[in-house]
Amino acid sequence: MATGMTVDEKVSSAQPASKAGKSAPSGMGELEIATTEKGEEYFVASQWQLMWWRFKKHKMAMLGTAVVILLYVTAIFCEFLAPNNPNRIGATYKLAPPQAVRFIDSDGAFSLRPFVYELKRERNPVTMAWIYQNDETIKHPLRFFVQGEPYRFWGLFESRLRLIGIDDPDVTLFLLGADELGRDVLSRIIFGARISMSIGLLGVVISLFLGMLLGGLSGYLGGWVDVVIQRVIEMLQSLPQIPLYMALAAAMPLGWSSTRVYFVMITILSVIGWSGMARVVRGRFLSFREEDFVKAARLCGSNELRIIFRHMMPSFLSHIIASTTLAVPAMILAETALSFLGVGMRPPAVSWGVLLQEAQNIRTVAYSPWLLSPGIAVVVAVIAFNFMGDGLRDAADPYGHA
Amino acid sequence: MLEYIIRRILLAIPTLIMISIISFVVIQLPPGDFLTSYIAQIRSEEGDLAAEEAAEGGRVAVLRQRYGLDQPLPVQYWRWITNIVLRGDFGYSFEQKVGVRTLIWERLALTIVLSGTTMLFTWLVAIPIGVLSAVKQYSLMDYFFTTLGFLGLAIPNFLLALILMWVAFRYFDTSITGLFSSHYIDAPWTWGKVLDLMKHLWLPVLILGMSGSASLIRTMRANLLDELNKPYVETARAKGVKENTLIWRYPVRVALNPFVSTIGWALPALVSGSTIVSIVLSLATTGPLLLRALISQDMFLAGAFVLLLSTLTVIGTLISDILLVVLDPRIAYE
Repeated sequence: MATGMTVDEKVSSAQPASKAGKSAPSGMGELEIATTEKGEEYFVASQWQLMWWRFKKHKMAMLGTAVVILLYVTAIFCEFLAPNNPNRIGATYKLAPPQAVRFIDSDGAFSLRPFVYELKRERNPVTMAWIYQNDETIKHPLRFFVQGEPYRFWGLFESRLRLIGIDDPDVTLFLLGADELGRDVLSRIIFGARISMSIGLLGVVISLFLGMLLGGLSGYLGGWVDVVIQRVIEMLQSLPQIPLYMALAAAMPLGWSSTRVYFVMITILSVIGWSGMARVVRGRFLSFREEDFVKAARLCGSNELRIIFRHMMPSFLSHIIASTTLAVPAMILAETALSFLGVGMRPPAVSWGVLLQEAQNIRTVAYSPWLLSPGIAVVVAVIAFNFMGDGLRDAADPYGHA
Repeated sequence: MLEYIIRRILLAIPTLIMISIISFVVIQLPPGDFLTSYIAQIRSEEGDLAAEEAAEGGRVAVLRQRYGLDQPLPVQYWRWITNIVLRGDFGYSFEQKVGVRTLIWERLALTIVLSGTTMLFTWLVAIPIGVLSAVKQYSLMDYFFTTLGFLGLAIPNFLLALILMWVAFRYFDTSITGLFSSHYIDAPWTWGKVLDLMKHLWLPVLILGMSGSASLIRTMRANLLDELNKPYVETARAKGVKENTLIWRYPVRVALNPFVSTIGWALPALVSGSTIVSIVLSLATTGPLLLRALISQDMFLAGAFVLLLSTLTVIGTLISDILLVVLDPRIAYE
């Protein structure tokens, strides 16, 4: 009997969705499928459990989430994952091309352990330019967990362990080629993940905080507070962000340390970026303020803080998380663009934008296209976040069809 | 409706004032006032003696007097903004040694041409594709454009510009930078120059329009999908209206409404994007000059650009809001 009640509730709560003109099947169809698949479990599941079930069905979202997790793992353990020291300058390997990973050598013999040929360089007798070639007589097998050049993990522990590499640390391993100073592009991309991915995350966390605070105040208090905050949001949203970011970022003195530039960049991005979050939060507050369950809580004598945190917040938290995820790529792109233009992070800091800065000279890129590869990292990160965010948004919508 | 339009215009005024304050803050941000960098520049170009002489009086004193740099900040702001509003005087570019006003207008006009054309392009592309994707939902074409849309959103436009530049240089041995052929760059405006501009404009428009079209296609598709199942569509179909006529006459028009309001946020994004793409492709719009001004701390010039670009987007948003209420008068009563 109790279960029957719940079904009725579910169905009636699914009604407004079809009224609102949601295109595809409303809650009904999903409910039937869910009932047959999960049985009783479905009706006692918590909101988060339901969200997770819906999210799991979204293949691309799961893939996106996996990629996002992978990127953050890369960012955390970049010292260990990078095959080389990203800052080691190899003057003799200027713009060396990527070394192919091979399983079959020039004689056609197969080896299960992949290897690279040693890179040798010689002068082109006519143009006197360096040309790089594989020395097919010397093979260097690739191994996991090799002892490479020493580094300090998180600046704390001394270590030599690297995920992949060659036994002899003095032999070059440029899986994605080298840049103009002979530094390993792959290692630099891996290190770039630390700054690029964390700026996106921290920037969004701060703008979420500002957005929750100001959007919440605006939606909850109403009146003149609402009017003022609304005006500010509208103004911020009608401004072209990049010129403004550029102007603010360019004011940072050249002498500042990378750490300081990093935190100021996050501040700049979130001070302008909070308006989108505030808009979402305010909209949710406004729609929930008049809901019956909020009125009920108020009549029962709950104080305002309890109403906000106990009753309103759980109802829209999932939605907020989804919007937050969708806001991260915008931050990553903004950082990349600013650093690319030379007004964001600056060398020696390594971020994807800083790396792309080296790709600005089209004549260099024309013959060393691997300098564009940090762009691939940016695109992958943005797509992954978008898929994950889309999946979360669909899963967070109780009337949606995942 | 008229009342709504007037109210909307009045609301834009505080926004514009805020923008002017932000632009002024931008001018003030670098340490020292502009004269500090001006004196430093004289020192590097004409030697210490000239710098001291300039600092003592003469040139610097004239400028200090003119822009009220010895006055408190609110007075400086007031002088700066009244000079702009009343006399069109945006200050002095220390790097280029001319008044800012001689530098900005042509660049701003080209920015407007570029943004306007891109806007038009995104609409021309996004509406038909969006409609088709919605009407033929889950068809091969729908998937194709959805994928393309995702890519368009994910590839930052400056990266797209870089890649196209690389392809053009490497495989076609041409350069795709600039808005004019070399012999037209400093030439006065003629029909020939306009035609030349058209010949160069399509590529930046394509690059800039990519992400905009992608998101508009998605908006259009979602809007139309919401409309297609409504009873009035069914009724029209039952009355025997031809499918094509029906789609374009009723649901598309309704679905276009939220579409118009997207100009509001599409325009700032477009101006942002065009700034970066112009820098990469060295187009003679506001972008490259803004970056140069910021890096050399030529702050009057930079401030003028921030002010004008922001004003441009606010006016664009205003126009879209008015258009929206003309298209759908219900909005005025909400």
